[in-house]
Amino acid sequence: MDKKQYKFDKINLGHGSGGIMTRELLDGIIFKTFDNPYLNQKHDGSIVKIKGEVAISTDSFVVSPIFFKGGNIGELAVNGTVNDVAMCGAIPKYLSLAFIVEEGLGANEFIEIVETIKVTSDKCGVKIITGDTKVVERGKGDKIFINTTGFGEVHPKAEISSDRIKEGDKIIVSGYIAQHGMAIMSQREGLEFESTIESDTTNLNFIIESLLNNFGNKIKLLRDPTRGGLASTLSEIATDTNNGILIHENKIPLERQVAAACEILGLDPLYVANEGVFVAIIDKDVETEVIDLMKKDSKGLNAICIGQITNDHRGKVVMQSGIGGKRIVTPLIGEHLPRIC
Amino acid sequence: MKYLNEYRNLEATKRFLGKIKESVTQPWNIMEICGGQTHSLVKNGILDLLPENVRMIHGPGCPVCVTPLNLIDKAIELLENDVIVCSFGDMVRVPGSKKSLLEAKADGGDLRILYSPIEAVNVAKNNPNREVVFFAVGFETTAPANALSVLHAQKLGLKNYSILVSHVLVPPAMEAILDDKFCNVNAFLAAGHVCTIMGYEEYHNLAEKYKIPIVVTGFEPVDLVEGIYMAIKQLENKTYKVENQYSRAVKEEGNMAAKAVINQIFEIGNREWRGIGEIPNSGYVMTKSFKDFDAEHKFGIQNIKVVENSDCIASDILKGIKKPNQCKQFGKACNPSNPLGAPMVSSEGACAAYYHFSNHLIK
Repeated sequence: MDKKQYKFDKINLGHGSGGIMTRELLDGIIFKTFDNPYLNQKHDGSIVKIKGEVAISTDSFVVSPIFFKGGNIGELAVNGTVNDVAMCGAIPKYLSLAFIVEEGLGANEFIEIVETIKVTSDKCGVKIITGDTKVVERGKGDKIFINTTGFGEVHPKAEISSDRIKEGDKIIVSGYIAQHGMAIMSQREGLEFESTIESDTTNLNFIIESLLNNFGNKIKLLRDPTRGGLASTLSEIATDTNNGILIHENKIPLERQVAAACEILGLDPLYVANEGVFVAIIDKDVETEVIDLMKKDSKGLNAICIGQITNDHRGKVVMQSGIGGKRIVTPLIGEHLPRIC
Repeated sequence: MKYLNEYRNLEATKRFLGKIKESVTQPWNIMEICGGQTHSLVKNGILDLLPENVRMIHGPGCPVCVTPLNLIDKAIELLENDVIVCSFGDMVRVPGSKKSLLEAKADGGDLRILYSPIEAVNVAKNNPNREVVFFAVGFETTAPANALSVLHAQKLGLKNYSILVSHVLVPPAMEAILDDKFCNVNAFLAAGHVCTIMGYEEYHNLAEKYKIPIVVTGFEPVDLVEGIYMAIKQLENKTYKVENQYSRAVKEEGNMAAKAVINQIFEIGNREWRGIGEIPNSGYVMTKSFKDFDAEHKFGIQNIKVVENSDCIASDILKGIKKPNQCKQFGKACNPSNPLGAPMVSSEGACAAYYHFSNHLIK
């Protein structure tokens, strides 16, 4: 898109007023970029077709900085919600898209984010069907916040339910953990450090669809460990289902540079956010086949079984440490804060 | 990662654990001074791998835990008076007498979480019309960087930068523990990072006076089991000297350049330790020539009198007289979301370390 054709350099309060300036923003950027029959109706909402059971998920994105190594807030806003819908055992079809923009955001930045959303949603095979743009005064936001709600058709073979987890089930992690959180951390004000760590933000809907096509109800639970990291997700599963979870420290997939950055900053990678990783709890009979299939997909190259469900220590996650000891893995409490020394 | 992975090796850990089991003939209490060591002991599950008659006692070496309540209140008072307060991360959740720094931030205070005090100097440079205070917390380890920030600010001619000092020293705390009539410590693992800066010359007198083995020890599993083995070997052989397990980082004389920077800015003075009380000559205060960079002097903050929660046994925990799970409030009224005392806040605090990782919760 030729960014010079816009009369404005920055988004201002007028762009959220609902009047002519709003229309210019919508026609000039939003409708032009997405150009689909749902949005082109320019109605208050959209009417869509959907088959069978529907999975719905909503998420708000407030990441800072809004542009980071490996992506931007727009890409996160699509992948994040698409992945949440996919984790329900569904095939994502549609997304709503709502912006809260702080006045003063550069038009170029806004356009870049909108274009990223278009490219990412195309990649995921989902359509943006409705949306909203509000502008708030400077200081009342942080450049841009995005909310997306995803709608998906539940896969006919899916039977995703935490009630179905039982002793012996295997816990599979799809790839390297802690990439996203450390990429963001490396660019935060006051914490900048040199690294080539990139966010892992990506869509997981197709690999999930292929798992469900091949293994159906042998896939019992799917979760993407975003905020709070792998530790918080596993702790939630253990507590909510009253099962024990045993994992092995030296099986946790962790890229060297990320491990080193966590060491330097005093952070535990188990608590650092992911945006392109999922955890699958599966029937033990299909462990090898599931991992083989995942490894054939670019989103699951480093898939590995990190542990299993157990009848011991119900409600708790226990990790076997690399040196043979055991420890409890608790959920994240408050913000993940670096240690002094 | 090479230096770390080598010291997280299963075989090497097993070898030292085997040696410990072979050499120990009677019960011994060994105190690891540093909170980082406590964190590593529980995180790696080492406590459960040690023989029953080797009992680890968790020392006071968590800077967050021993920073007195009234200093946190002072930092909050500064925040409430439009001062930009910069702090290390794990300090911000510690409850003061009314609230934590993080809560003061939610109330509108301008709090910045930083990794380095030098960053705080940059904040001062970029905000010439605001006062900027760095909350200079820690043991000898963080003192050089905090001192450097003052020298850096002076060089830049900044008048709006100062530090709120809460620096404490390890050897006086060890002595206070040994002088306590309930003291049951037989040997110390000295804190590797502190000794990286200070060396271990000053520990010889202590070892001799109290007839106690002191082993300067690192933080990885192999470091810890080796340090414990060295301490036990001394106890069993009835020797009482200072040994250095962490020789890859620590020299006897320490880091001379870092010590010189400390001595330029700070001098030894009395300090209050949260949970322990005032220990004479146990910390750093700023020298007269740098008073302008001393936030307490600059803002004339009065000493705020505050009272600790009476249900909290932090004092006994920090002196190693009781274990966290011997506290009635542990995991009940007191937990990391609602800490009654500082050892439950920082991940290096003994109580929080027990709460987060420890095996005794595995049922």
